[in-house]
Amino acid sequence: MRTGRPRPWAAVLACFVVCFVGIGLVSDAGAQPSTESPVLPPIPPPPLLTNWPSPVHDQRPYLFTLIDVLEYRPAGGARPGRDDYRWDIDGWYGGDHHRLWFKSEGQQDTAFKADYDVDFQLLYGRFIAKYYDVQIGSRVETQQFRGRNVTRGLGVIGIQGLVPYNYELEAALFIDQGGHVSGRLSLTKDFLLTQRLVLQGRFETNLAAQRVERFTTGAGLNNLEFGLRLRYEIRREFAPYVGFSVDRSFGETAALVREEGGNPSQIRFVAGVRLWF
Amino acid sequence: MPFNKNVPDGADSISRRLLLKRIGALGVLATIQSLLPACAGRAIHPIPSVGTQPSALSGELIDLVINERSFTVDGQIGTAVTINGTVPGPLLRLREGQQVAIRVTNHLREPTSIHWHGILLPFEMDGVPGVSFAGIEPGTTFSYRFPVKQSGTYWYHSHSGGQELQGMYGPLIIEPQEPEPIRNDRDYVVLLSDWSVEEPDRILANLKKVSGYYNFQKRTAVDFVADARRMGFWPALEDYLMWDWMRMDPTDFADVTGSALVYLMNGLSPTGNWTGLFHPGEAVRLRLINAAAATFFDVRVPGLTMTVVQADGQHVQPVTVEELRMGPAETYDVILRPEEDRAYTVFAEAMDRSGYARGTLAPRPGMSGDLPPRRPRPLRTMDDMGMGMEAMGRMGMGGHEHKQSGVIQGRQQGPGHLPLPGHAGHDHRPDHGTATTESTASGVGMEWVRHGPDDHGLGNQMIAEYARSRWMEPGTGLDQTERRVLVYADLKRLTPMDEWREPERTIELHLTGHMVRYLWSFDGKKYSEAPDPIPLRKDERLRLVFVNDTMMEHPIHLHGMWMELENGAGKFLPRKHTVIVKPAERLSVAVTVDAPGRWALHCHLLLHMEAGMFRVVEVAGGERHGPS
Repeated sequence: MRTGRPRPWAAVLACFVVCFVGIGLVSDAGAQPSTESPVLPPIPPPPLLTNWPSPVHDQRPYLFTLIDVLEYRPAGGARPGRDDYRWDIDGWYGGDHHRLWFKSEGQQDTAFKADYDVDFQLLYGRFIAKYYDVQIGSRVETQQFRGRNVTRGLGVIGIQGLVPYNYELEAALFIDQGGHVSGRLSLTKDFLLTQRLVLQGRFETNLAAQRVERFTTGAGLNNLEFGLRLRYEIRREFAPYVGFSVDRSFGETAALVREEGGNPSQIRFVAGVRLWF
Repeated sequence: MPFNKNVPDGADSISRRLLLKRIGALGVLATIQSLLPACAGRAIHPIPSVGTQPSALSGELIDLVINERSFTVDGQIGTAVTINGTVPGPLLRLREGQQVAIRVTNHLREPTSIHWHGILLPFEMDGVPGVSFAGIEPGTTFSYRFPVKQSGTYWYHSHSGGQELQGMYGPLIIEPQEPEPIRNDRDYVVLLSDWSVEEPDRILANLKKVSGYYNFQKRTAVDFVADARRMGFWPALEDYLMWDWMRMDPTDFADVTGSALVYLMNGLSPTGNWTGLFHPGEAVRLRLINAAAATFFDVRVPGLTMTVVQADGQHVQPVTVEELRMGPAETYDVILRPEEDRAYTVFAEAMDRSGYARGTLAPRPGMSGDLPPRRPRPLRTMDDMGMGMEAMGRMGMGGHEHKQSGVIQGRQQGPGHLPLPGHAGHDHRPDHGTATTESTASGVGMEWVRHGPDDHGLGNQMIAEYARSRWMEPGTGLDQTERRVLVYADLKRLTPMDEWREPERTIELHLTGHMVRYLWSFDGKKYSEAPDPIPLRKDERLRLVFVNDTMMEHPIHLHGMWMELENGAGKFLPRKHTVIVKPAERLSVAVTVDAPGRWALHCHLLLHMEAGMFRVVEVAGGERHGPS
């Protein structure tokens, strides 16, 4: 059963018709007494639906925030004695089809970023295929480079969704003010060991078309990271975890990270908490 | 107020005597025990609720007051929306042929409504905000007035937001003018429902964000090891990977489970143990009402058979079963004959096996029956996908790749239909898209019907490549049992229809949804995307064909008019107000469109309805009846 979409032009047309007919009736009302028999009163039109509330509320917006990674990483990178932290947050506000997405990542002393690197993204997302949202928007990235803070803005186009075999996919292309193009791909998957003990596999890679020294990225493959995090869902929304990540950068990126005093090949243990609300 | 005119003595006098005995303790407490203020709830322990029934109201003028109160179940305090102060609300006992005026006063801070489920009445009195009236604003009173034109067991509930999940429902019994062809000594309402301390909005939000939020029976590594032992490593792996590949969960039987719900019988939790009394040898009638917002119940009384005599308030030819499945909003009247002087458990297990409601039938107060062993949660199979191995075998495409990717492969094969060999009678059927088709073909038969090319867009996760009738099946989770389980094919009306009128027109509606994103719709469009009423013609004979493209059962409810379930019973098709449509099922009902006005047609899983699995049908033409 297919009911038609509302047709604005039809409504406008109908209004005109009703107005003209109405004016005609009013102007004629006094002139011509009705000849119709009053025996059968006309069926009163049903009341207008427009004044009434909707019977169901299927367009409500929701706010979802997922702090997938919020973790402490004990010393073990290039700089002995320095512990550091990392986070990865994303979320959305909106309905089933249109959403405003926000994302933030922060990292320090990884194989990819020697000093701290924080980014924030604000995106418009649209449900475009059965399992995917396409996202478009902007990203701001701040990093420390040779003791100074450097910041850049980037445009973002990406896709996020669930691929066959239940892997969460997040893929994005970035272009900064200088026209430098880079990309990021991440895949995560949950393996249920028990109903509450979940092993999350996490794979991430970064790529760049050009060398951008200030942001310690070389051209080509920047890094590959693979992590496993074992969490216990005390509640669905609150799950402490432990795990490790194997992270390695390549080529020019590795050289730049090394120059900055970082270690381009790391195995790090992590402990943190996964939250959502 | 005698329950049954056919019974001269027995039931009422005994229950009255009991009530008199307990006039102080039970008589008063019984009416309020299911709803106690938070402070009192803590102080008073659950009392055995012997023979308690919701307090009854009858007559031509009934006043109902809607309030919000705290409600304590098993020590957990939540907020309930109550009718005259209780959960469930009072039993309304009407008489066929009478007029009734029911004044509903809203003392909530939000609008409310009451829908009289299964009752034939003028559409303005049907109680669906936005369809039949504007709703009942806070602080106001709405007077429902309608003639009572039928008899049987029904119920009533809020049709506003999540109020039904918050306890706003009650039983409605209409005594027939003619004596009933049912003999019973005892007559009990057994109203099943689900209750959560979580707010309905919160539950829906959780599901929108993480659709598997309430499922704590998913398949895990532990299950995999067990399955690998049982089936062999590779077959088990193949099976697990197939479900993962499809992004579906074979353990998905309920969106909201026992992890968040308490299942109630007459407002009492399993520890509250509602009790109905009997003398051995008596015929006990249970009026089973599934008033749950989110739960299918499998009901049985171990040690006894149940003879089903009414379905959805309508007499049916007696059929004796050991277990029956009830979708939300369905009702069944069953007769039991306990012969032994012992307690029997009335056991209503949630379809996903995550919990149960229970009560006791006992010869004396204070007894409690044994709980039957719990069953493992079932698993979805290829049957529920609309792509059975059997079908693939018959189609000559049982290859390995198809096993893994059959659904998508089938979908990509595009238009065209494929009549399956071995099913005579309908060797040529048109493709079934979603359009309204004019058809004079007979009802849905046993054949497998291939899905049309329309995959219903973004809002629909998958399609049932082949849908077929499943009214002869008891349903997933009940199909492995030795027990005699009620199937829809068993339901035959008691007296034949005067004449069978073949439907002139067919409307096919696909039940669609997306489990990952928690979207629910008809034909891939939620209500806000298809708000225009489906036009029906007064006095036409209509066939509604429901095709379930999802992997969940949906109880579909048509307001205002009977659906005659086309279950092969010829002139004995049963009349239903709510029909369960199983996954990958193609089920049809015949409707005589005799009630002018606008009526709701929706899935009676409250959250599915609220997510958009809802339509309005509009019956134009003919004279509108005024309110009464």
